[in-house]
Amino acid sequence: MAQAETLETINALITPLNKKGVTLKPETTFAADLELDSLTVMDLVAEIEDEFDIILPLNLLPDLETIGHVADAVDKITSEG
Amino acid sequence: MDLFDKFDPIVQLRASLPFEKADPFKVVMDDIISETEAIVAGRHTILAGTNNYMGMTFYQDAIDAAKKALDDFGTGTTGSRVLNGTYGGHKELESTIADFYGMDHCMVFSTGYQANLGMISTLGGKDDFVIIDADSHASIYDACKLGNATVVRFKHNDTEHMEKRLKRLPEDAGKLLVVEGIYSMLGDAAPLKEMLEVAKKYGCTTLVDEAHSMGFCGENGRGVAEALGVEHLVDFYVGTFSKSIGTVGGFAVSNHPKFDVLRFVCRPYIFTASLPPSVVASATAAIKGIKLSGNRRAHLWENANRLHKGLKNAGFNLATEKAESPIIAVQVPDVQLGTRFWEQLLLQGVYVNMAAPPATPLGIFLMRVSVCAQHSSEQIDLIIERFKKTAEIVGLELAS
Repeated sequence: MAQAETLETINALITPLNKKGVTLKPETTFAADLELDSLTVMDLVAEIEDEFDIILPLNLLPDLETIGHVADAVDKITSEG
Repeated sequence: MDLFDKFDPIVQLRASLPFEKADPFKVVMDDIISETEAIVAGRHTILAGTNNYMGMTFYQDAIDAAKKALDDFGTGTTGSRVLNGTYGGHKELESTIADFYGMDHCMVFSTGYQANLGMISTLGGKDDFVIIDADSHASIYDACKLGNATVVRFKHNDTEHMEKRLKRLPEDAGKLLVVEGIYSMLGDAAPLKEMLEVAKKYGCTTLVDEAHSMGFCGENGRGVAEALGVEHLVDFYVGTFSKSIGTVGGFAVSNHPKFDVLRFVCRPYIFTASLPPSVVASATAAIKGIKLSGNRRAHLWENANRLHKGLKNAGFNLATEKAESPIIAVQVPDVQLGTRFWEQLLLQGVYVNMAAPPATPLGIFLMRVSVCAQHSSEQIDLIIERFKKTAEIVGLELAS
């Protein structure tokens, strides 16, 4: 389970894109719940990368369907340094 | 479970487009009159969406060479390059391209798609990084899927965004930067000087795809890197014969001393049949011809500038400020209007490419026009006139 702080930071980046005002939970999905198109997701990924100063490889993206998945991936990558 | 059910949304989207008299995905060229004209559904049509930039499809030397090769070597090789599929002609073509680029080595692939697929998936190994532009061609994305490297994507043509990411990669890791000289949908050029300089600073090997710039960018037609004077920063060029060269096939060139090992490890090179002798012969003749085609190059740029200026003055919304390539992309606000515009334009006797997401970036809808060195100035003016008339008919608002 991702750290609360990581989730909070990611949620803050998602908030401006959350046009429908969906409650952001770890299990919230980008496609079905937030209805983000692939271009918006691409920009969001870039923002998350810059915020945490990491790379989220393209290879990983198909597996990151929920906010929790992304937060877990971010924590994993930052802990590996 | 019907395996086709997953495609239903695409079928529905297609069915919702309001085509009445023509469908952009089902156009048939019944007769090809010249490099720039065809008969489509009985109508005489100006071709302005063919990628035939240098107009080499009816180049006499290429036609003669292909006919001779057909007579001498038959219709096909029926085999892989590494088995029975390498003829003398394939080797001559490789040395012709190496000579054209002033590089030591060349490998010819059966398509340009396979050249990218093979080079990128093979060079980027399990522990390596492949760094790509977000607007990369499908062949580059597919190469990333086929290979085992970690794939890093940066914003289109954004050197700063790219550098931020390169900074985060391990210093001693293998890194392959992949960029295109001209991006095929919007026809915009890459800032190759800045990008390649930054890439080299971070120890990247560089691969530049000049598919849509070979033939007319740079003094010798080698592409955008030549035009910008940064060829010394390019480790690999990838290109195609299916645009300026006027036939089909792909290639990669390099000065890397170990280049030839790729012939034994690059699966899209090995596990497919080699190009037929006639195609190889026409490609060789066309590349030799292009080297000497200063006049065609000059006229192609005149055409591109004339079309860009004419459409801009008419108030169309163009993707680039000026003509950066022979591709002039006209933006249309939505799919409904775009569909009607494309159809009406064809009825007026001009064929262009209708391009929609996901082939286009930023979710935009395009009339993608590509000009040819063999278009006359009169044809360019006709294209502009017919664009204006079509806008009037379908009610596309133009800027004043």
